Amino acid sequence: MTAATTVVPAAERRASRGLWTDAFFRLTRNKPAMLGVVLIVLFVFVAFFAPLLAPYGPLEGTLADRLQPPGAGHPMGTDLQGRDEYSRVLYGARVSLVAGVASVIMGLTIGGLIGALAGGIGGKVDTVLMRVVDVLLAVPGILLAIGIVAWLDRGLPQIMFAVAMTNAPIFARILRGSLLSLRESDYVTASRSVGASGPRLLLRHMLPNSLTPLIVAATLALATAIIDVAGLGFLGLGPPDPRTPEWGTMLTDATKFLRQAPWLLFFPGAAIVISAVGFNLLGDGLRESLDPRMKR
Amino acid sequence: MLKYIARRLLMAVPVLIGLSMVLFAFIHLLPGDPATAILGQHATPERVQAMREYLHLNDPLWQQYLNYVANLLHGDFGISVINGQPVLHEFLVRFPATIELTVAAMIFAAGVGIPLGRFAARHAQRWPDGVVTVVSLLGISIPVFVLGLTLQYIFAVQLKWLPASGRIDPRAHLVLQTNFVLIDSLLSGRIDLFIDGLAHLILPAIALGSIPLAIITRITRASVLDVANEDYVRTARAKGLGERRIDGRHVMRNAWLPVVTVLGLQVGGLLGGAVITETVFGWGGVGRYVVDAINNRDYIVVQNVILIFALVFLVVNLVVDVLYAFLNPRIRYS
Repeated sequence: MTAATTVVPAAERRASRGLWTDAFFRLTRNKPAMLGVVLIVLFVFVAFFAPLLAPYGPLEGTLADRLQPPGAGHPMGTDLQGRDEYSRVLYGARVSLVAGVASVIMGLTIGGLIGALAGGIGGKVDTVLMRVVDVLLAVPGILLAIGIVAWLDRGLPQIMFAVAMTNAPIFARILRGSLLSLRESDYVTASRSVGASGPRLLLRHMLPNSLTPLIVAATLALATAIIDVAGLGFLGLGPPDPRTPEWGTMLTDATKFLRQAPWLLFFPGAAIVISAVGFNLLGDGLRESLDPRMKR
Repeated sequence: MLKYIARRLLMAVPVLIGLSMVLFAFIHLLPGDPATAILGQHATPERVQAMREYLHLNDPLWQQYLNYVANLLHGDFGISVINGQPVLHEFLVRFPATIELTVAAMIFAAGVGIPLGRFAARHAQRWPDGVVTVVSLLGISIPVFVLGLTLQYIFAVQLKWLPASGRIDPRAHLVLQTNFVLIDSLLSGRIDLFIDGLAHLILPAIALGSIPLAIITRITRASVLDVANEDYVRTARAKGLGERRIDGRHVMRNAWLPVVTVLGLQVGGLLGGAVITETVFGWGGVGRYVVDAINNRDYIVVQNVILIFALVFLVVNLVVDVLYAFLNPRIRYS
């Protein structure tokens, strides 16, 4: 799992340009991962430039135009309130991107802190923190998120925090696991024996080498975060303003008009799937390129 | 073996204590007075006072917590504010529906995923493998609600092959005894209702099972490929054994363990996924109960259903671990 224990074949060792550069070149040769990058770039581009790309505002529409099928004026049709579905899907990327990325960063911060303290200090701190992690993992992910949103009330920051808390215990376990395996490695023992202090050992030597599994997990978590945010929206726990263009909330309307307006399902649904596929492809590619032993 | 089970049970105790503390805090950290928060702004002062007494809000906090735990240990998981029914009773009435759905999803995921993974491994790096990889990628990338609604649209709305929602035809008069539709229909000798129940189960089970299906396919493929490169498989091939025999006797026997572990790990995800699947398909299980409770701000129901869910999850994990230790002696002694 770690760089220290990876056996690099002699031929590759000569050509090595460092772990990260090597990984980067391996990644660029990985076609599915590059497709993932393209999808992610598309997703981020749409999120950033939604106001320029969208022909209408996300809240603009008249009841006279309601439930129109896809056509010239509205490439993805219109919704229940006569709003342009295409514009709303584009704007929806903003909510998903912000909520997805923020929740993963929040989860990484909380989980990373718990994992670093548990794996770095060990002993009683480890025992207590890992029991906390066990408690969080005892509740199935989406149910934990639902409980947190129910408790903190609806709102985008609450949703981000809720999704972050479903990821945090997983990140904590991953980081703790790789730190524990590093503690016994030769180079850590060596730096300890020349008198490196605890914090220095942890920050300078152990953490940088235990990041690879965390990076992979975080990339894959972006896919599930986008899905979970939409899931909360679908259950009616999305942003408090029901007019907000959020993919999951938009799908709630689709359930009521599946027969008359199936486009209300297909377009927001496809948007969620495309962004999730992007992050899943990149995550798998990163795993393979950061850990050369994974290659088949 | 008994020692292992005892150790695992002991490990669950701190988790349960921690969880009960978190859920206790859940009610007490609600904004404002907990009794008012639970009953809503329009509750009469008498009802608020009764709720304050029920929650023992005038006692010190530690005593309130001990009281909460004592109630739980006596099987009192609180009462719904909306309909006055005990939470445990409501949970038990609905749980069979969730079990039926979860088990069906698991059977679908394992029944399709394992053969699919073996098939991909047999054709590794060729086009059938690529197709399976794409299918499993889509499986983990399509949210349960998108897949569920899509299946509903295709098979119920357009083709009219299968029912769109519910557990059974609403016109059917089925006497519920166990609350398992499939079992009750057989008990009352109604094969037609059994078939109707199965038909209602197919789409939700596929929607809920899609993520585990993808994961099981991937793990089976990787596990079979791992074992296929072992020396003893090469030896078996070298001594002239047929491919079928190698596959059955040498590869799969050793490839099972990671697959079994992953099967167990999926149960938690399935219970969570059931919450959303039940909402899509109007399935009257525990998931719907939680979602309705949240929309009604019935906090006591939310608090305790989460606790019961976690209990179920812990028990399932324990059973999986024990089974796994039974299958793999190396685990027991570690």
